[in-house]
Amino acid sequence: MTTHDDHSHLSDVELRVRSLESLLTEKGLVDPATLDAIVDRYENKVGPRNGSRVVARAWVDPDFKKRLLEDASAAIDSLGYTSTQGVDMRVLENTARIHNVTVCTLCSCYPWAVLGLPPAWYKSFPYRSRVVKDPRGVLREFGLDLGSDIEVRVWDSTAELRYIVLPERPEGTQGLSESELADLVTRNSMIGTEKAASPQNGDS
Amino acid sequence: MSMDLAENTPTAEELPSLPRDEDGPVFQEPWQAQAFAMTLALHAQGQFTWPEWAERLGAEISAAQANGDPDLGDTYYLHWLNALESMVASKGIVSTDDLALRKEAWDHAAHITPHGQPIVLPKVG
Repeated sequence: MTTHDDHSHLSDVELRVRSLESLLTEKGLVDPATLDAIVDRYENKVGPRNGSRVVARAWVDPDFKKRLLEDASAAIDSLGYTSTQGVDMRVLENTARIHNVTVCTLCSCYPWAVLGLPPAWYKSFPYRSRVVKDPRGVLREFGLDLGSDIEVRVWDSTAELRYIVLPERPEGTQGLSESELADLVTRNSMIGTEKAASPQNGDS
Repeated sequence: MSMDLAENTPTAEELPSLPRDEDGPVFQEPWQAQAFAMTLALHAQGQFTWPEWAERLGAEISAAQANGDPDLGDTYYLHWLNALESMVASKGIVSTDDLALRKEAWDHAAHITPHGQPIVLPKVG
């Protein structure tokens, strides 16, 4: 039975997306299978795990780390995580004296190939504007209280150049395997809003 | 990096606290994923460069802020869709008029489709 208001409804944005997709499909510019493959890739295959493996490799392999800091795109590519946007990546090493944090003040440029899609807060105006003005205050909100002896460097990504933070290897991880180390490398630690997890609380 | 970026933005005290995510799905609704994928597909074909895209998306975000969007990250894909429509129109790929007509057709198709059945666009001549 079909009642008066039992019809389907598409929201305004759903209508706009369907319209664009059907027109682009008719013009031969996109096809639904390719779109599904792209979505699947970003939802299921690309993600911060890729970045975690890059960091863990750098922690255990000094030669890889050297190549990563010199030419991040090539080193990351050598592990099979390639950017489809053809953008360059640069890795910023955190040390006992320097803490790096990344942002895109213009929009939300992000190293998708290694970190997947950005979290909502990364895309928000408060983060984009405040981390530039008051990085220490923003980091405190993330639970990271840095001493005044540590220099904080904020890096603004662009469409052509994306940054990834290489967090410090946590204390007490000498006996861990590379894959156990990768488990300690959180997404936020590669954005720079927290440190890599410690072994005792890194089971999240 | 340059600190000039901070000059036109409000002070930290004027801004609301940071929205936090729960590590949920990367797309909140399917249309967001579709808009994202169409953009990557068009870029892969060389319809526009990535810097062109970033500039247009940035412009949409700035315009939304100027219109009162607090821009907390939840409207990001709306800005994305606006930028995509604007990009395909300016590149002569799909005109604004064609989009509007097609939107009416989909809206009509949805209204004549009983709930629960797939919505199909009637063949247009």
